Amino acid sequence: MSERVDTSSREPVALAPAIGQTPNRARILARLRSRPTARGAAIMLAILVAAALFAPFLAPQDPYDLAALSIFDNRLAPGAQSMDGAVYWLGTDSQGRDMLSAILYGLRISLVVGLSATAAAATIGTLMGLLAAYVGGLVETAIMRVVDFILGFPTILVALILLSAIGRGVDKVILAIVIVQWAQYARIMRGSVLVETRKEYVEAARNFAIPGWRIMLVHLLPNALAPILVVATVQVASAIMLESTLSFLGVGVPITEPSLGLLIASGFEYLLSGEYWISFFPGLALVVLVFSINLVGDRLRESIDPRRR
Amino acid sequence: MTLFILRRAIQSVFVLLAVSIVVFFAVYAIGDPVELLVSPDTSAAEREVMIRRLGLDLPIWRQYLVFLGNLAQGDLGTSFVHGVPAVELILQRLPATLELVVLSLVIAVSIGLPLGMIAGLAPETRTARTIMTGSIFGYSLPAFWQGMMLIFVFAVFLNWAPAAGRGDTVSLLGIEVSFLTADGWSHLILPAINLALPNLALVLRLAASGTAEARLQDYVKYARAKGVRRGRIVRRHILRNILVPVVTVIGVEFGSLIAYSTITETVFAWPGMGKLLIDSVYQLDRPVVVAYVMIATFIFVSVNLLVDLAYAVLDPRVELEKGAS
Repeated sequence: MSERVDTSSREPVALAPAIGQTPNRARILARLRSRPTARGAAIMLAILVAAALFAPFLAPQDPYDLAALSIFDNRLAPGAQSMDGAVYWLGTDSQGRDMLSAILYGLRISLVVGLSATAAAATIGTLMGLLAAYVGGLVETAIMRVVDFILGFPTILVALILLSAIGRGVDKVILAIVIVQWAQYARIMRGSVLVETRKEYVEAARNFAIPGWRIMLVHLLPNALAPILVVATVQVASAIMLESTLSFLGVGVPITEPSLGLLIASGFEYLLSGEYWISFFPGLALVVLVFSINLVGDRLRESIDPRRR
Repeated sequence: MTLFILRRAIQSVFVLLAVSIVVFFAVYAIGDPVELLVSPDTSAAEREVMIRRLGLDLPIWRQYLVFLGNLAQGDLGTSFVHGVPAVELILQRLPATLELVVLSLVIAVSIGLPLGMIAGLAPETRTARTIMTGSIFGYSLPAFWQGMMLIFVFAVFLNWAPAAGRGDTVSLLGIEVSFLTADGWSHLILPAINLALPNLALVLRLAASGTAEARLQDYVKYARAKGVRRGRIVRRHILRNILVPVVTVIGVEFGSLIAYSTITETVFAWPGMGKLLIDSVYQLDRPVVVAYVMIATFIFVSVNLLVDLAYAVLDPRVELEKGAS
């Protein structure tokens, strides 16, 4: 849980921005575009985000309006027709809910949770890491001890215990994810600020008697931000995955809200009798979403990594 | 060495104390267990007796001190639901979880390491790209869904392996194990694969980046110039050097796998300690939840220490005393 023996020299190399040679944005984007998988993943991601954004217009049915559901249409196979003639392309669940509509609404929750949790965790973590590295001393020790403590535990366990204490809800899931994720940013930020503070421009800023907060926010922050952005991309994916897992386990989003994890869980009992679609399609949507975010994140990391230029 | 272990042991005690405080107070915010334990028609007097017997009438900090006092004697409390000591309940379930975790690590390393080395030896080839993209797919699969799909394909559709439960066990040195019976294996294999996949991807990526790095080092070039056979270079010069990060990950992941097994055990109805944790959370069985976290933390801390000691064996350049300061 505490300090590892020094093998850490491996990791920062991959994450630290090119020291002394700030990566050129145009070149990074060009490299990113030249990768067919990255392009495919980015397009896929754009489609999913658009689908989630326009879900109320695209979805054939409002899956959480109980009046719109017909119990007579329950557990219909993909492609089956409803009582009033509409086609359920991805089938229906045990309450007669159109799976396609439920998935579109579920993607909204996934993205809201993933993006807002990541934004909050990245902001808090970045500021904490900056503070720890720049101020040093007791502040640094205190912050980094807490970071070590949090990172010493598997995220799922911390989030599970936390949510069982504070109860279910979208806001609470976001809170739990922020609590488990901010520490990671703090550790990375501290590392990259420690490298930056030794550079001459910081020395120069100090000699001009520029106030500490200004050096931190205006001089250090932009220069140490690159690795944070790469990690944040991947963390969006892991936040989405964590939300669905917690909802699946029954401690995440309440059943009145659309969540892919809940949809998958609700199909579990029918899976054993061969009615695969209730669990399969929401899971597929989740996988494609997470996979495309991770692919984009991975290619982004490769493009920024100075060793692969 | 001794000093290092001693210092780490003292640190570990503090970690355990901190965890006990956090978890104790977090868990005690969960609803009122008395409501669940007494039937609605119990008289108010009987309720009082019940509350007093469970120690729930004391203020929370007093409850914590009582808990600490009992902890010092190795007692982590008695399960509200089962009425037996929580430690006993968890230790009973521990072998089932360990079996799953160990097998899944074996799967992850025996497939991930060679695939990663193949990708790392020729990083720009199509094979390597496919393997690396595949590994991203591997850790993009949500464990619970991936397990359900394993059940659907191999248990429901192909009917090759059972969908749930632990199957036949045999007693080995007083511990029930399932890896000695054919039925046990058939029950074990799907959950183990389920738990292994994310780590397989992780080991693979580590092995690939380690190999790609080691391949360009001077000692490898020298060995090649000397005319050492390729197989020997890979085994003696590259493999040995990438083992350090891989061992770290196995060690650290061993702890998280115990936690992540909650998902696998829920999906496959595997009677391990993860399933017990989820059930206890639902039933508001506070002592079991607290005891689980304490035991899990103890396992993490011990494994981390073992990992650091393993470095010294694998990599003679590592100095433990320096690492501890």
